[in-house]
Amino acid sequence: MAKFKKGKKNAQQKLNTSSLPDIVFMLLFFFMVATSMKEVTMMVKIKSPEATEVTKLEQKSLVSYIYVGKPLNSRKFGSEPRIQLNDSYATVDDIESYILQERENMKESDRPKMTVSIKADYDVQMGTITDIKQALRKAQALKISYSARKAVK
Amino acid sequence: MSKKETPELNASSLADIAFLLLIFFLVATTMSTDTGLARMLPPIVPNNQDDAPPIKERNVFTVLLNFRNQLLVEGEWVDVSELKEKAKEFIANPADKDNLPEKQETDVPLIGTYPVSKGVISLQNDRGSQYQAYLQVQNELQAAYNELRDELAKIKFHKSYADCSDAEQDAIKKVYPQRISEAEPKNYKK
Repeated sequence: MAKFKKGKKNAQQKLNTSSLPDIVFMLLFFFMVATSMKEVTMMVKIKSPEATEVTKLEQKSLVSYIYVGKPLNSRKFGSEPRIQLNDSYATVDDIESYILQERENMKESDRPKMTVSIKADYDVQMGTITDIKQALRKAQALKISYSARKAVK
Repeated sequence: MSKKETPELNASSLADIAFLLLIFFLVATTMSTDTGLARMLPPIVPNNQDDAPPIKERNVFTVLLNFRNQLLVEGEWVDVSELKEKAKEFIANPADKDNLPEKQETDVPLIGTYPVSKGVISLQNDRGSQYQAYLQVQNELQAAYNELRDELAKIKFHKSYADCSDAEQDAIKKVYPQRISEAEPKNYKK
């Protein structure tokens, strides 16, 4: 009995948290390795279409993105699908100069390997996509990738 | 003297620092690796140049997609789920039928002479088609090619296509080159 009483006196003992930093660092390293930096803030709503035969896009530095979808702020921008390049809305006519600029920013040796990833909402009409494809052909950016999620069977 | 405990380093703020970094990385990064269907667009043709050389009817596999997302394959209404088998039959032409593409004996490294089909898949879509439906069609066509390549890899190299070396994959690609042609967008008047 006496022993219990002794324990109660020490009730304010400190919790040993010396391993907490280790755990948090472990998590930190996991996220540093497994994730990549966000490129842009999304201004359009995109629910990727599904496909089974998808391949991974290899080098992120070689990829430029074109986003197509309904604006997030539909009260201000309406519900018609819009194209987003970098951090702003754009039209089909802007794509050519965007691609040229992206190409300019790349290393000379990487330019032929440039890939354009079209990230479009599943419900977008093909007319928009066809226009984008024509613009890309004009800009000589022929390597494209239709972004899609891997479908779960 | 020696029984004196070693003083502990106060590491309580280390956790705070680590948490701060962790939260920064959670917010500023994204998890998703981008996946998609890779395609090559055809280079633009100058206006004065007329259409490509004519291709024989039997060598073309027409796939049409309308604004209601319905498929017309070689003049028949078809469901997307049947497209893959149809495409496979067209590309491989196993029974050497008259209405399916011609083959040409070609020298392929590692495999030897192989009758390579001259078939081209032509895909045309309406401006009103849904993107998902279009991608599904692209996906099924890709699946047809992938399965054929895989089958050939199993016969010739006794392993799946994904396990083949680059040279072997190139050889298989020569046998089954991916020929999906998309028609130039046309303007139809209403």
